[in-house]
Amino acid sequence: MPSRLQQTLDEGSFAVSAEIAPPKGFDFSHPLEVAKRLWGHVDALNVTDFQSASVKASSLALCIDLIQNGIQPVLQMTGRDRNRIAIQGELLSAAHFGIQNILALTGDHPKTGDNPQAKPVFELDAIGILQTAETLIEGKDLGGNELLGQSPEFFLGAVVSPVFDPIEVQLIQMRKKIRCGARFFQTQGIFSLDVARRFKEQTEGYNTKILYGIIPLRSPGMARFMNRKIPGIEVPNDLIETLEKSENKEQDGIKIAAELISKLKEEKLCDGVHIMAIGAEGNVEKILKEAGLWT
Amino acid sequence: MCATGGQEAVDELKAELKENGYDVLDATVLTTSCNDLLTKKELKPLKEAVEDSDLIVSLACGNGVQTLAKLTGKRVVPSNNTLFVGERIRGGVFEETCRTCGACVLGRTAAICPVSRCSKGLLNGPCGGSIDGYCEVDPELKCAWIEIYNRLKEDDRLDLLEEVEPIRSYINVSHPRKLNRRGR
Repeated sequence: MPSRLQQTLDEGSFAVSAEIAPPKGFDFSHPLEVAKRLWGHVDALNVTDFQSASVKASSLALCIDLIQNGIQPVLQMTGRDRNRIAIQGELLSAAHFGIQNILALTGDHPKTGDNPQAKPVFELDAIGILQTAETLIEGKDLGGNELLGQSPEFFLGAVVSPVFDPIEVQLIQMRKKIRCGARFFQTQGIFSLDVARRFKEQTEGYNTKILYGIIPLRSPGMARFMNRKIPGIEVPNDLIETLEKSENKEQDGIKIAAELISKLKEEKLCDGVHIMAIGAEGNVEKILKEAGLWT
Repeated sequence: MCATGGQEAVDELKAELKENGYDVLDATVLTTSCNDLLTKKELKPLKEAVEDSDLIVSLACGNGVQTLAKLTGKRVVPSNNTLFVGERIRGGVFEETCRTCGACVLGRTAAICPVSRCSKGLLNGPCGGSIDGYCEVDPELKCAWIEIYNRLKEDDRLDLLEEVEPIRSYINVSHPRKLNRRGR
């Protein structure tokens, strides 16, 4: 049976996924609690893979915990830390536990993380990981060897950055990812309808589903920091000013995110949203309630 | 070219070693020390000094250090840390442009090597990590893939970027590598 995320997207309903991160430690109770609270209201809990190139528990481990609690995850898989043997092994392990949604990413460079001494692998990039997963779906490994038993069923996704100069480069990458099996995309966080409208136009006719990335802002400082440091992020100045004047910045950040989601849905600018609350996962519920999507 | 070897550097090292109380038996510049036969020949006149020495310091690259150690049977140490196969941009400025990877893609990447010039060595186009055309890892490093894109666009060959690169086989490029052009 297809995953809930796939079903929702296939039937043309508005999909919602939320991002959670394994901890730097081995107590999973916080992300698990968040996930339990959100499941039923979202179509998948998307679990980051050593987010920000930093040492944490693995995505697969938390995904297994979620599945065993009846919650469907999206397993993020980067090429930074694993060669093809490890990637294939991990994908097969995911299939064993019934994890279907896979998000293929190239991964941030170790130098940007908290163990910058690490040897970067990058044997496969996001496109290579998609090719690999497709090969497994066909019942073989990359060495051409047959898999034993049933072939895994995956619903494959990838990422794209709508604010990128030159955008044509991202669009070429996106088309390649689609050809290699990406059936859904989640985007870098977007903050304006103009960006959403423009990107929808640019990807007209692409045979895939697009979930716009939503990052609730908690302060003007956070917005400015992301503008400076995070590739593909462009928080408009008027939003930063609104937050500066706000007396309850976190609450207004939630409101801004919820309004954006409502309008994206209303104008049918995407197939769903992917909410990245970055350390304030409790706010996802508030955003969905505010956007009228807490059903 | 890098001024890490040559007569001047050898003389300098010799003086420094002497100053520190070492007995320097000889200080010679070989034509090249990564050519076994030639090095063997050039070592002949130095036979006595080599035999009497406790230690040979090589100012060559990592390759030359190993050739010397193999041919002399002596303890050889490097004076340099070999960094990369570089291109001289201008006096004293060098950049790595080829990693001698053994699976060249330059024919389809506008003669700009992503293996050595992209921080992640990506083969299928850029990651999303560049900011204004510069790399997420080093803000002074131009994103190789944006450069490749610009050049291919200029040449009206963006079709090359649309092609998905087959997953690279590392069977023939694993280290250590050997080449025998003599047949058997």
